[in-house]
Amino acid sequence: MIVRELELDLDAFEGPFDLLLTLVLREELDLAEVDVAGIVVRFIERLAERERLDLEACGEFLVLVAALLELKARGLFEEDADLADLEPEEAAEELARRLEDYRRMKEAAAWLSERLADERDRFFRLGPAPLAPRPERKLAPQDAAALATALRALAAEPPQVSLAHMALRFPPVTQFVERFRALLRRRSRFDFDAELGGLSRVEIAVAFLALLDLRRANEIELEQAAPFAPIRVSRVAPDGGRQSKTDVERGEPWTVRSA
Amino acid sequence: MDRPLRLITASPVDQLARTVEALLVVASQPLTVDELVEASADERERVELALGLLRERYSEGRSGIVLEQVAGGWAFRASREAAEACGRLFERPIQRSLSQASMETLAIVAYLGPCTRPDIARVRGVAADSAVANLVERGLIAEAGREDGAGGAVRYRVTPLFERVFGLESLAALPRLDELGGDVGEIRDRLVAVAERRPA
Repeated sequence: MIVRELELDLDAFEGPFDLLLTLVLREELDLAEVDVAGIVVRFIERLAERERLDLEACGEFLVLVAALLELKARGLFEEDADLADLEPEEAAEELARRLEDYRRMKEAAAWLSERLADERDRFFRLGPAPLAPRPERKLAPQDAAALATALRALAAEPPQVSLAHMALRFPPVTQFVERFRALLRRRSRFDFDAELGGLSRVEIAVAFLALLDLRRANEIELEQAAPFAPIRVSRVAPDGGRQSKTDVERGEPWTVRSA
Repeated sequence: MDRPLRLITASPVDQLARTVEALLVVASQPLTVDELVEASADERERVELALGLLRERYSEGRSGIVLEQVAGGWAFRASREAAEACGRLFERPIQRSLSQASMETLAIVAYLGPCTRPDIARVRGVAADSAVANLVERGLIAEAGREDGAGGAVRYRVTPLFERVFGLESLAALPRLDELGGDVGEIRDRLVAVAERRPA
């Protein structure tokens, strides 16, 4: 479909779209009187008559109608002037004036670009250079005693924050170390989980630490068939290692504060 | 050898010229005659005379430093013949890659300023926010108050740096606006010509 050959039958105009555009631009036809919606309806009707959607024609039509609408809108809604007083001719004049303004600015921009190119071999120093000494900051007269009070208030130690509520009480590791040693004197092996049945979570954790300490001191051997399986604890053969008590026997009751 | 330079002799204006020279070498932006008068505590006429002497001495072809009248004041710059060497050592971030949108915005602010972003958008037909932000960042334009009324839009004007970068003595050195662009009739003719050439 050739958009410009679109035949129109409007109140203000009858003929091809192309002619309408030319007349508008030549100002022989008043755009304010042209029903743009009518043009759109006619175009859609023509489009519907065809089987295939002509995207190229749609695009072209959209551009032309958008331009037409813009021209019309600019003519009808000139922002600064009193709308009621603005004749269509004046609107067209206003549009041309604006285009001219813009063109002037474009040329001014071109002039500046040219100027910048001409000045590209001009180098100069740049930087902030205070021209006058900085004015002194003037404070209102202050009372020395009041300043001292303010300073003293700032210098005071803040009150100690109590962390007592965060403390966790643990049984001493040595308690379990001794317990396990005693156990292993009677038996050659025992089951960790069975032995500690009924203890709290924290106590079990401490007991496990005692186990690790004993293992480090090479007093015991540990076995576990699979993850989460019972931990078997057995005595190390008498010649298998010397007992080192340095790490495990220095336990007074202690308290750990949790983080 | 203690012989002074040719310019600097015993005459008092020469002495003043040395002071003015010193002030200009410390400054990193153009100094106005008023500022030079105030700093040197001398008479305006004599300061102008001293500037004349200095301009002669610091001119293209005679010195690597050139004294120029720019951005409403006087400033030293490198001579043009040293530009290549300067370019190897110094960047010029302000001038680099100014877009067409930035140049148009700059032209509008230079001619119509102080003006607001809506003013600029009205002339260009598109929003000017990013171009304005870019020019403010480069220091070529700056805020110059607000429009009257509560919540008035910020107005912008070009800075002395703009004049300096473009080598303008003042904004009066810009070409007159009515010398630029064509007349309304010509624009209209062009509109018609474009419409007639428009392919189907």
